Amino acid sequence: MNLDELYRETILDHNQTPRNRRELENPTKTVGLLNPTCGDQIKLDLQLDHGKVTDVGFTGDGCSISMASASMMTEAIKGKSIEEALDLARHFKAFLTGTPSPVELGDLEALQGVSQFPSRVKCATLAHNALEKALMESEPTDR
Amino acid sequence: MINPLVDAAHDFPILNRSMHGHRLVWLDSAATSQKPEPVVEAMDRFYHESNANVLRSVHTLADEATTAFHGARFKAARFIQADRPEEVIFTRGTTESLNMVARGYGDLVVKTDDEIVLSPMEHHSNLIPWQQLAKRTGAKLRYVELSPDGVIRPEALAAVIGPRTRIVALSRISNVLGTINPIAEAAEMVHKHGGIMVVDGAQSVPHESTDVHQLGADFLAFSGHKMCGPTGIGVLYGRMDLLETMEPVMYGGEMISYVDQETATWAEVPQKFEGGTPNIAGAIGLGAAIDYLAGVGMDAIHEHSRALGELAFDTLKSLEGVSVYGPARPHAAAVAFNIDGVHPHDVAQVFDSLGVAIRAGHHCAQPLMHWLGVGSTARASFYLYNSQDDVAVLKQAILETKRFFQR
Repeated sequence: MNLDELYRETILDHNQTPRNRRELENPTKTVGLLNPTCGDQIKLDLQLDHGKVTDVGFTGDGCSISMASASMMTEAIKGKSIEEALDLARHFKAFLTGTPSPVELGDLEALQGVSQFPSRVKCATLAHNALEKALMESEPTDR
Repeated sequence: MINPLVDAAHDFPILNRSMHGHRLVWLDSAATSQKPEPVVEAMDRFYHESNANVLRSVHTLADEATTAFHGARFKAARFIQADRPEEVIFTRGTTESLNMVARGYGDLVVKTDDEIVLSPMEHHSNLIPWQQLAKRTGAKLRYVELSPDGVIRPEALAAVIGPRTRIVALSRISNVLGTINPIAEAAEMVHKHGGIMVVDGAQSVPHESTDVHQLGADFLAFSGHKMCGPTGIGVLYGRMDLLETMEPVMYGGEMISYVDQETATWAEVPQKFEGGTPNIAGAIGLGAAIDYLAGVGMDAIHEHSRALGELAFDTLKSLEGVSVYGPARPHAAAVAFNIDGVHPHDVAQVFDSLGVAIRAGHHCAQPLMHWLGVGSTARASFYLYNSQDDVAVLKQAILETKRFFQR
């Protein structure tokens, strides 16, 4: 087993210096999610404006995979439309089970190795599940 | 030198597995122990030679199966010094046993404003059944205070056990802190006030000789799979007079005496608690596990588990950037720890790549994680097939993990 396949440099970098790890002042939408099997938790704040994700921040506690994945995700969705952000979350989750993504995943590509570690897939998807939930629950007026 | 108490390679073939190019080092026995050959063989023999349902039919195989099933109950009763085999109820495990007491007995005796005493170190299976009982009855939960190193002192027990206490429910050994709790003292206090003592023995029955009378346990729950037996079988021990009043929680075949269209009466203890076809092969496997452990000697196992737990505690304590939880002495076979700046799941992942199996997470003890002020921990746990070498491997794996993440 090659650990470096799982823990690529990009992941360790995002884990050590997470991007957008902060609470937003007046988020349009906030979602908290727990991974009850391992205790990982995330709170995702979104600023939505005219159908776009104008700002995003996350806080939480979890393993390097879940925290790095959250950090990468925030970079990938900032400035994107709600539909694009939803697409990203869905394609990324499929990507983790081996389906190539038709959309650009950016740094999230580095999480490809997770697909070989089934017990860690839920770590990598936590932030993306929070994003999907937040966007699905957002008010039509924010869209 | 702490050597394995058994011929591990011979008795536990799984331990000969190579894991990612390394010797498999099983440090997750607090989650489930490995199974020795005699246990696997006993279950195999039952299915190959004697399989039949129990307590029902008159043919020879049914007699053989029933005799073997009764034999397992007898062994389990003797193993914990119960007065009678009927005081042993077979369940799926500790969780089912504790739920059964909370429902079948708790609902009978606990009233509004009564108190149920727990500790913050309880496993969810010895916590949530009581939370739910309190919700149903309007009773209050009271928590005994832990000392800073995670120990229950008699004074702390005295502060919460009182005239309103109906039930004290404590684990004998913590699955996280490795604390050995003063059950006999707690039992004496609660008995003075007319309440009962419920003991979660999931981590203790596999590791020390158990005497329900010495413990003062009115109920004792434990699981087969943590003591070299199979999964899906466990025990609820109860004092006979309590079992006679306790209500069954599972209705169906073989738990009745007389049934008409509107009503039913119950069978005698223990059958009234064992509705449906029981886990016969599981009970036989548990019986074989008890024989195996008794052959090694529970006192020797206790010494061995403690020696390894304390050696691991000391070894980890001496490492920079490593936090170890629970008391230094005595420390049971489970040792929880964290490496600064590395999440326990990442720790366990690196360990796995080195062939070392540990647990990471909240260990089904979220209130204890809150008490410790951490989200989760890593945990190494030992049993009779582990040795001092395995503690050395644990130390090396920690150093390797630090190197990997702190590069």
